[in-house]
Amino acid sequence: MDIAFYITAFVTVISTIMVITRHNPVHALLYLIISLLSISVIFFLLGAPFAALLEIIIYAGAIMVLFIFVIMLLNLGKETAKQEKEWLKPKVWIGPAILSAILFVELIYLITIAHAASYNLQTVDPKAVGISLFRPYLIGVELSAMLLMAGVVGAAHIGQHKKIILHRFLKEKDPL
Amino acid sequence: MKSSISIEMVMLLAGLLFVLGIAGVIIRKNIIFMLLSVEVMLNASGLAFVAAGSRWAQPDGQVMFIFILAMAAAEVSIGLALILQIYHQHKSLDIDKLKEMKG
Amino acid sequence: MNNLLWLVPALPFAGFLILALAGKQLSRVWVAMIGAGSVSLSAIVVLIIGISFLSQPPANGNYSQTLWTWMQVAGFNPKITLFLDALSLVFVFVITFIGALIHIYSVAFMADDKDYSRFFACMNLFVFSMLLLVLADNLLLLYLGWEGVGLCSYLLIGFWYENPANGYAARKAFIITRVGDTAMAIGLFVIFYQFGTLAIPDVLAKAPVLWHQGAQMATITALLLLAGGVGKSAQLPLQTWLPDAMAGPSPVSALIHAATMVTAGVYLIARMHIIFQLSPIAQMIVAVIGAATLFIAGFSALTQYDIKRVLAYSTISQIGYMFLALGVGAWTAAIFHFMIHAFFKALLFLAAGAVIETLHHEHNMFKMGGLKNKLPVIFWTFLIGSASLAALPLISAGFYSKDQILWYAWASESGNPLLWFIALLGAFITAAYTARMMILVFWGEAKTEIGHHPGKLMTVPLIILAFFSLFAGFIELPHNFGHLTLFSNLLHQVLPEAVLKAGMNTELQFQILAFLSTFGGIYLAYIFYYKQPQRIEKLKQSGFVMNLYLFWFSGWGFDKLYNVLIVNPVVFIANINKSDVVDKLYQGITFVTIRLYRFLSFTQSGSLRWYIMGLVIGAIIILSIQIML
Repeated sequence: MDIAFYITAFVTVISTIMVITRHNPVHALLYLIISLLSISVIFFLLGAPFAALLEIIIYAGAIMVLFIFVIMLLNLGKETAKQEKEWLKPKVWIGPAILSAILFVELIYLITIAHAASYNLQTVDPKAVGISLFRPYLIGVELSAMLLMAGVVGAAHIGQHKKIILHRFLKEKDPL
Repeated sequence: MKSSISIEMVMLLAGLLFVLGIAGVIIRKNIIFMLLSVEVMLNASGLAFVAAGSRWAQPDGQVMFIFILAMAAAEVSIGLALILQIYHQHKSLDIDKLKEMKG
Repeated sequence: MNNLLWLVPALPFAGFLILALAGKQLSRVWVAMIGAGSVSLSAIVVLIIGISFLSQPPANGNYSQTLWTWMQVAGFNPKITLFLDALSLVFVFVITFIGALIHIYSVAFMADDKDYSRFFACMNLFVFSMLLLVLADNLLLLYLGWEGVGLCSYLLIGFWYENPANGYAARKAFIITRVGDTAMAIGLFVIFYQFGTLAIPDVLAKAPVLWHQGAQMATITALLLLAGGVGKSAQLPLQTWLPDAMAGPSPVSALIHAATMVTAGVYLIARMHIIFQLSPIAQMIVAVIGAATLFIAGFSALTQYDIKRVLAYSTISQIGYMFLALGVGAWTAAIFHFMIHAFFKALLFLAAGAVIETLHHEHNMFKMGGLKNKLPVIFWTFLIGSASLAALPLISAGFYSKDQILWYAWASESGNPLLWFIALLGAFITAAYTARMMILVFWGEAKTEIGHHPGKLMTVPLIILAFFSLFAGFIELPHNFGHLTLFSNLLHQVLPEAVLKAGMNTELQFQILAFLSTFGGIYLAYIFYYKQPQRIEKLKQSGFVMNLYLFWFSGWGFDKLYNVLIVNPVVFIANINKSDVVDKLYQGITFVTIRLYRFLSFTQSGSLRWYIMGLVIGAIIILSIQIML
């Protein structure tokens, strides 16, 4: 089991690094799906099958499809990849990378100073999750339902094709 | 099921993924890549929740993961709609060109 | 009769309301009818009440009528109660009766003024406030009336507001009386703190129980009330506003600044006499203030050339006599002099107003003259008023009232020869400046053309007032001849009798001295202004006399003194602080804030990446802190 975890963890990290470094959006998206799938494996290993399934179905299934649609709609292809290549210079990414590294070191330190204790891994089955979801967390479920509703309405509204509408202070400018 | 995956290792993985996500958000200029990186960050936090839930054998971690999932779905739908609109108005996805909110 | 009492103040108030709200729409005839009519009706009501009061004196010595309770706060429940006893009756009678005559006079006097209805509205409001002042049964209501008359005084002094000088005079009067009013308000606080009530009968009943003779609190309270009275009655050191108050129309000067409002201080002290009796020091101060004022104002009156200013200084001086009488414990003498003074001073002001009107608004006495035969009615009534003011022996009312005060200044227990001597000197000066005024205005050759003659509406009130100025004195005769004490009998229901020193029974020699001083004064004026006017010119050659003349003319330099002591320092400080030192602090805060905001606005670059970097750096800092702790 241990080895399975480390392998999956390795795959996850590598694919995630690929996500943030690829120039072609579609490639990055594919790496992200791999990353999500491997995380779902880790969920299985941690005894959370319900979460693992949701990860695959919703994340890797539904949400990523949205990204693909957008990429298709915007027709992002080789030109974008070329552009990305120009944009991704060491001068640009070295600073943020150092900052992120510092943050990571701090996180490592904070996580490892806690005393590790071995424990028995137990599977939390979907039934328990469902009961918990619809008993103590009912209000949270309702709120997230409203959030999704707002998301749908908002996306429908924002996504409408309108004429170029500039702010009234910007009207003098040539509207492209 | 006996397992010896130590919780620290899972947490370290989650932390690493989160930091990678942050780095992605900062270094990329294209908004779509930034949004992808944000997804990575959300995922990392979800992983941390699930790991903690599994450590204490409680369903709450997974419940939180479901909420994060719902939030991510809403965020992605709005975010993508915004990207579409930005592309229509500016014909570009370069975040450095979108500086109209300069104070 | 008791339940008619509320009508007395209500009628002028109704008149005020009608004129203030609808005065612009009413015709002049109606304005005059309402303005003068309301006060006249009120005077008739007072006559009815007064007759009933005198013929069937009420058992407890007063009528009182509670209209409603003002407020009720934890044991403090002042009521709006009208309270009429002998003292208030005298005041109410004078206010409504003289007020009515002055209103009738004003109908003709103000006939050509464009603000006819405003004038009568203010006058009615004044009569209402003054009645409230003297009819109040608690000090709070009294204070309402007190401030009300102050307001009306301000409004009427500045009645002709187009001339900025009049506005300044009004403000001066208002501000200076405010000094006294503030002290009086503090006095009321002290009284409430000590007695837990402001009802006058309760306070007067409790005072001798709570305070022993000469108690410190009694002195403090008495002095604070005195300060209020001094401000309102234009006594030393707050007398400077009254001469300038002559900027108002003559009927206003007659009603407010001679007959009624300026005597409110006399009323207050007489009303609170028990507190003053408990403090011999305070009473002594009252007497000294009175004596000093009558002396100083007398000399100032001697040098003025504006006829109304002569009368103003003479008013200050006569009120000084009243204060002197109050101070030596001759309470009834003070009130008697108040009543007589109200008659003759109102008469003099109205007559002077008529003269001024006739001579095309000429105030300077040196430009008048020779009016004796041209305006006989005015001449005779003015002569009678002057005789009363100069206290011409035996035939004038002023003699009887002033003689009483002189006698008590010497003979009463707290009197002393110095006070008497000053009062006698005052009588001499009074006679001198009165005769000077008479001679300058009515004798000699005419220097200004006269215009139209005053009509009946103006002369009839003068004749009535002249009648009273002559004969009102006969209700109170000295005890060596006649010994009639109708007036003091009435007032002794309220006010105590003056206590005489032992062995004082020969009033006659004092009367002869007063007699001599009056004629001496008249003779002096006769010599200098009629017989040998060149002597004045000769005197004016001497620098010392000229300086003295100027000093007296400026009212003993009090205005200058206050300018140096108070006005200039305040103006100086105000000039220094023109840009508001305290404000600098807040301007500094604004400046720093703006700088900070400009600095921080650089961080609002609009670059999303920059913001996220900020977030990350923040997270790093927070985690570092956690690690270090």
